[in-house]
Amino acid sequence: MAARNWIFAVAVFLSLSTFSSAQDLQIVNAERRIDLSSHIVKAFLTLKVENIGKDPAADMLLAFPPTQIKNLAMVQALAVTGKKKKKIYLPLDVKPSEQPDAPNDAGYFLVSFATPLGPGEAVTLEVLYILTHSLEPFPVEITQSESQLVYYRDSAVVLSPYRIKQQTTFFKTPSTRVESFTSVEPANRAGKEIKYGAYEDRAPYSYAPVIVHFENNSPFAVVEELVREIEISHWGSLQITENYRLTHGGARHKGVFSRVEYQSRRSISGSSSFNALLAVLPPRVNSVYYRDNIGNISTSHLRTGFKKSELEFEPRYPLFGGWKATFIIGYRVPLEDYLFEAPDGRRYLNFTFGCPLVETIVNKLTLKVVLPEGSKDPSAVLPFAVNQDLQVKYSYLDIVGRTVVVLQKDNVVPTHNVPFQVYYTFKPIYMLAEPLMLVSAFFFVFVTSLAYVHIDLNIVKK
Amino acid sequence: MAMSPPPGTSSSAMRNAFGTVLSALILLLIGVLAFSIRLFSVIKYESVIHEFDPYFNYRVTQFLSKNGIYEFWNWFDDRTWYPLGRVIGGTVYPGLTLTAGTIWWALNAINIPLSVETVCVFTAPVFSAFASWATYLLTKEVKGSGAGLAAAALLAMVPSYISRSVAGSYDNEAVAIFALIFTFYLYIKTLNTGSLFYATLNAIAYFYMVCSWGGYTFIINLIPMHVLLCIVTGRYSPRLYIAYAPLVVLGTLLAALVPVVGFNAVLTSEHFASFLVFIIIHVVALVYYIKGILSPKMFKVAVTLVVSIGLVVCLIVVAVLVALVASSPTGGWSGRSLSLLDPTYASKYIPIIASVSEHQPPTWPSYFMDINVLAFLVPAGIIACFSPLSDASSFVVLYIVMSVYFSGVMVRLMLVLAPAACIMSGIALSQAFDVFTASIKYQLGRSANSKDDAEDNTSTNNAPKDDSSSGKTDKGEEVAKERSSKKGKKKEREPADKPSVKSKIAKKRVLVLPLEASIVALLLLIMLGAFYVIHCVWAAAEAYSAPSIVLTSQSRDGLHVFDDFRESYAWLSHNTDVDDKVASWWDYGYQTTAMANRTVIVDNNTWNNTHIATVGTAMSSPEKAAWEIFNSLDVKYVLVVFGGLIGYPSDDINKFLWMVRIGGGVFPHIKEADYLRDGNYRIDSEATPTMLNCLMYKLSYYRFVETDGKGYDRVRRTEIGKKNFKLTHFEEVFTSHHWMVRIYKLKPQKNRIRGRAKKLKLKTSSGLDSKAAKKNPWI
Repeated sequence: MAARNWIFAVAVFLSLSTFSSAQDLQIVNAERRIDLSSHIVKAFLTLKVENIGKDPAADMLLAFPPTQIKNLAMVQALAVTGKKKKKIYLPLDVKPSEQPDAPNDAGYFLVSFATPLGPGEAVTLEVLYILTHSLEPFPVEITQSESQLVYYRDSAVVLSPYRIKQQTTFFKTPSTRVESFTSVEPANRAGKEIKYGAYEDRAPYSYAPVIVHFENNSPFAVVEELVREIEISHWGSLQITENYRLTHGGARHKGVFSRVEYQSRRSISGSSSFNALLAVLPPRVNSVYYRDNIGNISTSHLRTGFKKSELEFEPRYPLFGGWKATFIIGYRVPLEDYLFEAPDGRRYLNFTFGCPLVETIVNKLTLKVVLPEGSKDPSAVLPFAVNQDLQVKYSYLDIVGRTVVVLQKDNVVPTHNVPFQVYYTFKPIYMLAEPLMLVSAFFFVFVTSLAYVHIDLNIVKK
Repeated sequence: MAMSPPPGTSSSAMRNAFGTVLSALILLLIGVLAFSIRLFSVIKYESVIHEFDPYFNYRVTQFLSKNGIYEFWNWFDDRTWYPLGRVIGGTVYPGLTLTAGTIWWALNAINIPLSVETVCVFTAPVFSAFASWATYLLTKEVKGSGAGLAAAALLAMVPSYISRSVAGSYDNEAVAIFALIFTFYLYIKTLNTGSLFYATLNAIAYFYMVCSWGGYTFIINLIPMHVLLCIVTGRYSPRLYIAYAPLVVLGTLLAALVPVVGFNAVLTSEHFASFLVFIIIHVVALVYYIKGILSPKMFKVAVTLVVSIGLVVCLIVVAVLVALVASSPTGGWSGRSLSLLDPTYASKYIPIIASVSEHQPPTWPSYFMDINVLAFLVPAGIIACFSPLSDASSFVVLYIVMSVYFSGVMVRLMLVLAPAACIMSGIALSQAFDVFTASIKYQLGRSANSKDDAEDNTSTNNAPKDDSSSGKTDKGEEVAKERSSKKGKKKEREPADKPSVKSKIAKKRVLVLPLEASIVALLLLIMLGAFYVIHCVWAAAEAYSAPSIVLTSQSRDGLHVFDDFRESYAWLSHNTDVDDKVASWWDYGYQTTAMANRTVIVDNNTWNNTHIATVGTAMSSPEKAAWEIFNSLDVKYVLVVFGGLIGYPSDDINKFLWMVRIGGGVFPHIKEADYLRDGNYRIDSEATPTMLNCLMYKLSYYRFVETDGKGYDRVRRTEIGKKNFKLTHFEEVFTSHHWMVRIYKLKPQKNRIRGRAKKLKLKTSSGLDSKAAKKNPWI
């Protein structure tokens, strides 16, 4: 087997290079479960790490091949302590990290242990990482009646700078239809699951490329660009406006679109297309609208609840591979649910980051928080890195303009829907500026008309 | 509406002040009514631009707000009339777009960030409020403020005007009706005051009207007619001269500034009447002047001299004019104007004008629908205008007579009739109320007092009434003498102690009716008004608020929305290449460019009949010939509208005969008779083979039979003639949810195979050459 020989070659080559700090740790057991059922690839990695060196280790490295590192949306790690029933999960700090001697442009994430791992100690880690744009449609173009087949490329063994004593990898496909998968003995398939391993004692940076070719008809809803604008009004509401540019990221649609086939034979026709989307909105949401550039779109349902509201909606037309659509969702929520006063007198907005649509990838998310006119010293607090910027926006009757905190992040997945805070200072007296302006304007108009009526501008007296 | 107290007592001053505030309040409420009655479309549907032409205006406004006024004048639009393009800046009436653009700019300048769309949607309701205020002013000049208020209230909700000015109906008429009424008001105002100030304003208002609507020719013909009428009836006065001469000179100069009019302002026959009258009024003015300085005897001599010379000059001028007019093929009249003068002209010569439903003559029910009870009140108003006949009231009488004629020719011009009908009905209502309330007062007064006092009572009771209504009409006649007072508003308050008032009172006394009759008549009038209001609200809510791009139907399980048009325009705009050309019948051109942002071959501007005929020919040709025509036009997608599945009657199959007719008008190989079976237009099994093989039939009914197995067309109420067929040169790329819009793509040309090419060559050389060349004007 060519692949197998290649793995050994890589392994031999890699093991020659030395990693002084890395070699202090080894992974006793690694189990990886990769969920391929939607277009967002979720990988759950359970690692049992042991310190075999002499010095305590404060952190460890997770390595990713260069093809994955650019599609990596998120890495989270938890330390597991306790026995079966009483497991305690402790979130760990994960940071992207640069290694000067990284082979083949591998990317790294640095996981810091809660307490440094002493010599001879072991810890169990649960790592979750999420990949986007990693399912490659093949064939690239399909007709309306075909279902969508995709490639997923990965390695049968976990890429790691540490020696791994024992490991297994599971791929979970959405259906039982799997066209092919690369065999790296021992590998077998049962139902929706493909199992690679167990492999014993693999050297650092072992790599065994595999391709899984399988059917995936889940909606490949990709938001190319999402601009969310949150406008704070101290008169009692938050107005949220979301501009979507949606596309079907799967295999491109080829040739004819026949409505009669789409309507009469739904089960076999257009199985990879999608027509319904679900947005999870905050509870107590009101004044919801759903429209696009040319007007209201009438196909939507809103269910409000105590925990969350759900907006079920359809784009104007079903989306086949490569088709695009744009739309705007806007809604209003009461201010008291989201705006609080910090102990130091500042105010802060506590709102959810990310995209309200379920199971979608956002290539580029721009979140704008429009603070009320007259607010000062804005600062945003987020659990992950984003680009931050400040802008000024002029809205109804503004004179100095409103400060806008712009947060921008690429490659956003639903797990990014976590709360973030924007702190700012604001004097309530500014709320009265605009009403006073209006009052004085009307006053001026009436005074002028009074004066005009009573002053005789004629030169000649009659 | 002056605040300065008249020399009378303080109680009458209070009453005047109260009356002024009250009428200001009523006017404000009328404005609110005019605005809000037009919001049904926003509330029932959504804030969206309606129909076809408004989409073009919206697109132009977007361009204007984005690129500024200079870019706008120079705008050459390459997204339409491909491959010819269209010079938008020079072929569009810019009034509406400039108005909305200015409003948008002003609002944004004070940081009110309304979108261009919102401004466009609400332009029409705002201007209808202005129009009702203008009606008040105009009617006040004619018959006093009571009639003015009544007319304004009627106009605020007249269905005919609502049909063109609901929120979202962003069309020229939206501002033009205001401009029309306001121009007339300023004309009457000038006529009543003789003030050059108002004459100048009048010219500017006329300029705005020219900017806004092609209907400005109505003004420039109606006012000369009125001037002529005044001269003929011996009502010439210097005020008439001031009202007319500056308007012609300034107005024509200003009109020529508008690119779309340009030299037409002096060259076309529509404007000749104004120049002719301009000459006549000068002659008359000269005659009056000479009459003033000469003795009667000398004057007689002068008249004979002038008349003999004048006749010769006139003959020469007329001969030159006739020669000029005769030299141009249509006699210098545009097609639309000609079809006004000769109602059968369009259907005979220009099918493209005749094909538009709003250019058809109206039916009787549409009069009742559009002006309702006003139709009965108008004659009463005309009678009221004749007692007494002033310059102003003769103008409104002329206005109603002319507009009744024009509305009888073209249903669209019902819009011009509506303000006239409102003014007349306002006058009639106000006069009737005057008479009835005065009689009631008189009768009550008489029963309360002794018989001897009755005489006095009548006069005291009637005096204030006269003050407001009939007293003012005298104003018009009196004004000539009072040139000193410039401010119009001061004038209204002059004490009505003219001798004519006394004669009025005498006349009023004759009009006193019995108490019971007056009360009953009053109640009937109120009922009539209530009926009008109910009808107007119904018309605004039900009949005229549909935006026509969204259709709704009420079914058992709630409201069903048919949003197919926007569905397919959105599909086009997102899923086709930005430079692709889309061919459709011209009705959908404006919407395609505005909503889908794709280049179209023809649109609702219909300026090039040949181009439209080419598309019509393609639609009526068999598939291959159609493919060749479309391919030569670089068309990539063909869009057809099909209502057969859900029963939407105004689809392309129902418009198809016009395509055949217009296409056949230019390309004679398309013959209408080929598409008709025994003179009947049908698509069932009896249809002609030409019909069943033409592109329009095929694109509309492609795979239609698979929906129900029979192919039952719900519009034509029949099974279609040819059920199973394949398309060879087109492929279906999109069909909307309810099949209302179907989009086909032209298949790419097949690679040439040597043997086949030879065969084809042999086939085409056998006598089909000339025909093929004719079919396709682009190669």
